[in-house]
Amino acid sequence: MAMLLGKKVGMTQVYNQAGKLLPVTVIQAGPCPVLQVKSKETDGYNAVQMGFDDIKKSRAIQSAEGHAKKANTAAKRFIREMRLAESEQTQYKPGDAITVSVFAENNFVDVVGVSKGKGFQGCMKRHKFAGMPNSHGTERKHRSPGSIAGYGTDRGHGGDIKKGKRMAGHMGHARITSKNHMVVSVDAENNLLVVKGSVPGPQGSFVVVRSARMG
Amino acid sequence: MKTDIMKLVESKNLKKVIPHFEVGDSVNVHCKIVEGDKERVQVFSGTVIARRGSGISETFTVRRIVAGEGVERVFQLHSPGIVDVKATRSGKTRRAKLYYLRQKTGKAVKLAQKYSEHAAEKTAATKA
Repeated sequence: MAMLLGKKVGMTQVYNQAGKLLPVTVIQAGPCPVLQVKSKETDGYNAVQMGFDDIKKSRAIQSAEGHAKKANTAAKRFIREMRLAESEQTQYKPGDAITVSVFAENNFVDVVGVSKGKGFQGCMKRHKFAGMPNSHGTERKHRSPGSIAGYGTDRGHGGDIKKGKRMAGHMGHARITSKNHMVVSVDAENNLLVVKGSVPGPQGSFVVVRSARMG
Repeated sequence: MKTDIMKLVESKNLKKVIPHFEVGDSVNVHCKIVEGDKERVQVFSGTVIARRGSGISETFTVRRIVAGEGVERVFQLHSPGIVDVKATRSGKTRRAKLYYLRQKTGKAVKLAQKYSEHAAEKTAATKA
């Protein structure tokens, strides 16, 4: 299990060894200094906390600065934890830098990010509803969801619409885990990770890259 | 806008020398074909009817008539599978995309030859 924090740079294409063109996403990942190592005795669970992207000293709040100071680094904008097994605990100490070298080519990774916000969307875009016909007498409800409940549902549910009924509403800007991306290349010199396929979120957004939990 | 990081990633796959050819040119495209563990070069010749995209994603379309049937192939300019592109004749065009050739048959498909400066240069280069 390996984890790294990064920033989505953008998408492009690269050729693999077989000469096939692959769609890839470039992620600027790490180096992430270890800010804190949590242990079962003091915190109730084993984990390592890492940070990414420095905050300017004049903008950082003192508590964040003080926390980072223990690891001898600047305050970080993006901080996440990785759970550890008991035995892995000794591998990390505050101040260590985790770099892209934790991943290798042809590894599989999951990428966690916050998807692009779409605003308030109708049920057709949000839930892929089919909508109503465009003709044959349909008027003013071409993109409507249709019936949301009937007498039978009402009777069993105290006059309420069923919980979780899919309707129009806010879409996007949600935490999304995109699974099983192949690592196409690792550039340790420039701290770049090139993964196959698209990754949630706009360019410049923070992402968590971690080893895939296959299956 | 492409950032420097993106350019860096793409640059590894970009060809250093891109053969010179334009829309309307008749070209021989030398493509690598892998059969089992053997490799050979096959030539596809026809007229370039379009070039699109930029950087790593630039492609060009070559059209030819095979047994009375139009055949088009889209090649990726920077693909390692494209060994070489040789322009044999340049055609006179007034458009960037020659899709109208799809409606033409027989003699009408042939473009008038262009004798511009670069065309002359090219013929000299191929002869040399």
